[in-house]
Amino acid sequence: MLRTLKQITRIGIISEPVPLTAAERGERDALQQKIRRIYGRALCIRHVDAGSCNGCELEIHALNNPYYNLEGLGIKFVASPRHADLLLVTGPVSRHMQDALRRTYEATPEPKWVIALGDCGCNGGLFGCSYASAGAVADVIPVDVTVPGCPPTPGAILSGILAVLDKPRP
Amino acid sequence: MDCMPFALDLETLPGAVPVRRAVVSSDKLRSVCTAVHESGGLLHALWGCDERDRKGGYLLRVALQDAAGLLLLELPMNAAQPCFPTLADIFPAAERMQRAVYDLLGLRAQEGDTRPWLRHASWPADCFPLRRDYDDRGIRAAQNESYRFVRVTGDGVHEIAVGPVHAGTIEPGHFRFSVVGEKVLRLEERLGYTHKGIEKRFETQPLMQGQRLAARVSGDSAVAFSWAYCMALEGLCGITPPPRALWLRALCLERERIANHLGDLGALGNDAGFAVGLAQFSRLKEDLLRANQRAFGTRYLMDALAPGGIRCNLDEANRRDLLATVPPLVAEISTLHEIYDDHAGLQDRFTGTGRVEPALARKLGLIGLAGRASGQSWDIRCDHAYAPYDKLAVRMQGRLQGDVAARVAVRFEETLESLRLCQMLLENLPGGELQLSLPPPAKRLGIGWIEGWRGPVLIALEPGEDGLIRRCHPHDPSWQNWPVIEHAVMGNIVADFPLINKSFNLSYSGQDL
Repeated sequence: MLRTLKQITRIGIISEPVPLTAAERGERDALQQKIRRIYGRALCIRHVDAGSCNGCELEIHALNNPYYNLEGLGIKFVASPRHADLLLVTGPVSRHMQDALRRTYEATPEPKWVIALGDCGCNGGLFGCSYASAGAVADVIPVDVTVPGCPPTPGAILSGILAVLDKPRP
Repeated sequence: MDCMPFALDLETLPGAVPVRRAVVSSDKLRSVCTAVHESGGLLHALWGCDERDRKGGYLLRVALQDAAGLLLLELPMNAAQPCFPTLADIFPAAERMQRAVYDLLGLRAQEGDTRPWLRHASWPADCFPLRRDYDDRGIRAAQNESYRFVRVTGDGVHEIAVGPVHAGTIEPGHFRFSVVGEKVLRLEERLGYTHKGIEKRFETQPLMQGQRLAARVSGDSAVAFSWAYCMALEGLCGITPPPRALWLRALCLERERIANHLGDLGALGNDAGFAVGLAQFSRLKEDLLRANQRAFGTRYLMDALAPGGIRCNLDEANRRDLLATVPPLVAEISTLHEIYDDHAGLQDRFTGTGRVEPALARKLGLIGLAGRASGQSWDIRCDHAYAPYDKLAVRMQGRLQGDVAARVAVRFEETLESLRLCQMLLENLPGGELQLSLPPPAKRLGIGWIEGWRGPVLIALEPGEDGLIRRCHPHDPSWQNWPVIEHAVMGNIVADFPLINKSFNLSYSGQDL
């Protein structure tokens, strides 16, 4: 226990400031206020892997590491689409996941937003459209923001999430 | 295995790893498999090919692994009634591969489970997408089909169905638990949700760029798969990449291994209720990825390799920078190792959980990292050290306990061993060229075989016309290991499933293809 505490105090807090765009260049408080103003609470994200190679998932995980400290911004991942404001969808949508993705979208309460993450989510990527792949996320459910990259960096994912906050409420 | 009693006409394939190939009859296929199994060998991969446009009929390819390397058996089948004898009684891991061969090519095993595996409802049961005359344009509406899960009945038995969309940031799959109280009686996995037609897609890719798709078979094993692809192609072209390229490839592969192990060690702590572990290890992983960004210009090395060599160079300043990151990382990991070992709560959750005894592991063909934690000592980097591992003397890690604690321990040890290798690679990095141009490839089968972080990955590659790929089969060790999880959770409590699952951390995408 003592060793654990020593380790925690030795490393300290390493979270970095959010890379905000010029228009949003305020402090993290401003961002939190914005989230609170729009949602009245934390922004809740539900991740859906609709057929990804698992590369994008690695960078989503990275967003939760102490450097990016997503939860510190008032943004958190939730376990059910019923608790979510935002769906973060990866992969070309495999035909086997098409139904599950649609049902997840339907289970998410209004108002809701969708980010298509990674080259595959944006346009099918290297996998394209085939007997097994339905291609882009936008071909299956409505998409608000796309974040290209293979995989997109945590910074790019965060910018995509912040771009959603700038979208007018539906 | 001594192949003499079978009078096999063995042909050695050119390339960096030892592969022998033989054409066999149905009877001989089974007798050779039995002999390999009895002499301690295992099934590595099983796939099919449509050869109707060339030699006529179909081909079943079975890759066995023994002390001498890979033994590739080829069984020709006629076009009218393509079927083959089941191997699942000899190698239980063959069962799902055989079902997949039927779903994709219509080659039927004569006995065993006939339920679809990779085909859900997206294409009709009488369509076989990997056949060369399959018309991709005429995709028909999917029909809903029910899947017959095995039912467990008895007093107080109930089912818990989980997935395909899970509660965390993980890949999709379905798990059907039959439980009494909180104890798991049986688990049945249903995978194939991320099937995105990778093998068919390969047939549209230029041969010289296939490593890009290979890197995305399972994104966490991008270096392993792209290296295996390049190795297969370079074997066909009869070249060996320059030493500097091979050393840099090994550096990339070891860094991929370290990154994944750091992520898993943190997640395993977290799944056992020790959030500090996740915070600390994900910090170390991020440091590693940022060092990749500085040195190679990318956090993940998805497209670092290219046929004939490597695309990213390492200049002197970056070489020193990477070298300087090694000792502090070793110290950090050692500190966290002590914290994990001393934490009674963690050890209580890890020890004895999800146990796969060595005998069961051997029977089921458990392989890779999880295999080594259950006494299955295979590691291509040691067994058939391809360059540059022939100069590095990799120390194989292993345990006999086969529980979560053993898989955690092997991860710790392999991370430190990889760091030792990184140090050697960086200190002795040869100079010279990065990439050779490739002469035209031979029109035959090439094999690439690389020890990825999860276990051995295989690429079987055949060039086609017009510079395209004719057939490429990627094989992830998750194929063999997924069925073992069904055994590992038996008798454990449902709440320990995430921990057990994470301790294997298998790829969905890599087996769904």
